Amino acid sequence: MPHLSIALAPVDYLILAVYFVFVLGIGWALRRYMKTSSDFFLSGRAIPAWICGLAFISANLGAQEVIGMAASGAKYGIMTSHFYWVGAIPAMVFVGIFMMPFYYGSKARSVPEYLKLRFDEKTRAFNAISFAVMTVFSSGISMHALARLLEQILGFPYDLCIAVSALIVLAYIFLGGLTSAIYNEVLQFFMIVFGFVPLVWLGLESVGGWDALVAKLNTVAASPANPAGRVFAEGAWTQSWAHMTSPDANPMGVEWFGMVMGLGFVLSFGYWCTDFLVVQRAMAADSMSAARRTPLIAAVPKMLFPALVILPGMIAIAMHHELGDFLPKDENGATDFNMTVPVMLARFCPSGLLGVGITALMASFMSGMAGNVTAFNTVWTYDLYQSYIRPGQPDRHYLRMGHIITVIGILISVACAYVAREFNNIMDMLQLVFGFVNAPLFATFLLGMFWRRATGHGAFFGLLAGTGAAALHHGLTLPAGATVGVKGGWLVGGHVLHTYPVDMAQNFWAAIFAWTGCFVVTIAVSLATRRNKTDDELRGLVYSLTPRIKEHGVPWYLQPALLGTVVLAAAVVLNLIFW
Amino acid sequence: MQLDVRLPMGMMFVIIGVILSLYGLITWSDAEMYQRSLGYNVNLWWGLFLAAFGAAMLLLARRAAIRAKRDAATPQTP
Repeated sequence: MPHLSIALAPVDYLILAVYFVFVLGIGWALRRYMKTSSDFFLSGRAIPAWICGLAFISANLGAQEVIGMAASGAKYGIMTSHFYWVGAIPAMVFVGIFMMPFYYGSKARSVPEYLKLRFDEKTRAFNAISFAVMTVFSSGISMHALARLLEQILGFPYDLCIAVSALIVLAYIFLGGLTSAIYNEVLQFFMIVFGFVPLVWLGLESVGGWDALVAKLNTVAASPANPAGRVFAEGAWTQSWAHMTSPDANPMGVEWFGMVMGLGFVLSFGYWCTDFLVVQRAMAADSMSAARRTPLIAAVPKMLFPALVILPGMIAIAMHHELGDFLPKDENGATDFNMTVPVMLARFCPSGLLGVGITALMASFMSGMAGNVTAFNTVWTYDLYQSYIRPGQPDRHYLRMGHIITVIGILISVACAYVAREFNNIMDMLQLVFGFVNAPLFATFLLGMFWRRATGHGAFFGLLAGTGAAALHHGLTLPAGATVGVKGGWLVGGHVLHTYPVDMAQNFWAAIFAWTGCFVVTIAVSLATRRNKTDDELRGLVYSLTPRIKEHGVPWYLQPALLGTVVLAAAVVLNLIFW
Repeated sequence: MQLDVRLPMGMMFVIIGVILSLYGLITWSDAEMYQRSLGYNVNLWWGLFLAAFGAAMLLLARRAAIRAKRDAATPQTP
């Protein structure tokens, strides 16, 4: 069994060290600007749009993105790009043009706080608590993934990796708050791009260019030894839409409706439009116009990312198919697709460039983790501590709390990392439960922002119903070949109503059910209950009660509506090119 | 703005770029090592690119600082 091990040369360590020095240096340089809680949690709302924009995608560019998208690129081919060109881009345009006016304009300091202003206390509490728990766990999982990867490929001790990554992230957030996290995310963004560009270029060069890659992937599709274990038509790995008429015709196992509705509409809009982790970056912008431009600016590099994160996976599966043992096997003897990026690094990067690549990998893990930590400390301090535990204290008190909770949050994350290491199932289960809680959120925001009649009770019970619908769906369905349990089918003694070809399809449909459940119940309960907010209280929070924004002094080429249209058109063109 | 992010970013990429391209020069004749990168001396070329990117960032930061100083020096007319 070929086990991957990469040896770093002194020059690689030197590059890594330079990166660490600058990451910490940024925190150190910013420490004297952290005078109020608003500086620490909101960057004093003083960051230019392009910086917020890059931080907006960088915070999302964590472990899952870099490692997971390359793995999906190998397993499913270019259909993975739906996560970008159908999923992320339209949602990012929507949040920038339609939702940011309410987030930024309402002066809410967090997404849960918006829910409180728009609906009521219990809706906010539900969202704040589930979000806070979820973010510390995510940052723990991120840390665990990094430490395990470094242990596997570089032979670094696991504990040391955890300690170093936790301490570095802690130091730069503790010192410089959100500004420090955002600045570092910009640094990490470029580091990741510059680490991956040569890798992709060399990979493509070595398989003989795009046309040769397409030819090789056609033989992958035609071989029963491909990752899906079934024979597909030519182009199943290199055409994003052509094979989506039926779930059996493509390696992802989904048909176009489930993908467009589940991924494109519910999951993507739910994530990009309501997750405070990314929205926080836009809220730090220095003006309404900059806040609205943040996701639009972010969308531009985002739509090019498939070339950086999916293409390596496609190259790797082509090479794997040709060479037979390019990708290593995991402990169960199955091909370990999560090793795609490390294998590519080991294959194509000589010492020196290897250091840049490993640094890029670390940068991606840290940006994801820091994003979680800053979102967590803000929600904890403003939405839980200040609202329910110790209200009415001077600002200094909350700034101090911010420092303390940053330390505590990272300590809990470290604990989670070790739990994830020992009990993988617990983490799977937690992520599953978080999925149930998250899936319906977008319905709540949509109704909240565009229907003034939606009430606090409606929102709260709608959310519960949506979460319940997701759980119910999960309990009654199962992906093919999976055992009853964490994968589903646990509700009625192993009796399953529907079997999906792959778990991806199950996820998409769970989201559709959750969203619909929440949407219907919110409307029904809202109509049956009395409004708890007057039109006056909802000014600035609901579309029909908010004066249209006039972007004064913003040149025409920076108008959000125009930028959004251009971004959407570009996404359509990309879909057509790779149809 | 308190600190222009292009300043540390520019410095970092200049330093990393210089390290990388120097290493590329030193290992110029190591054909075996560069077999991995298909015979290209990627360290030298990518190092030069990173250094150039860093320098461009520093230049932009400097220009912004000069402009901010000039704006502060000229009194605002109502």
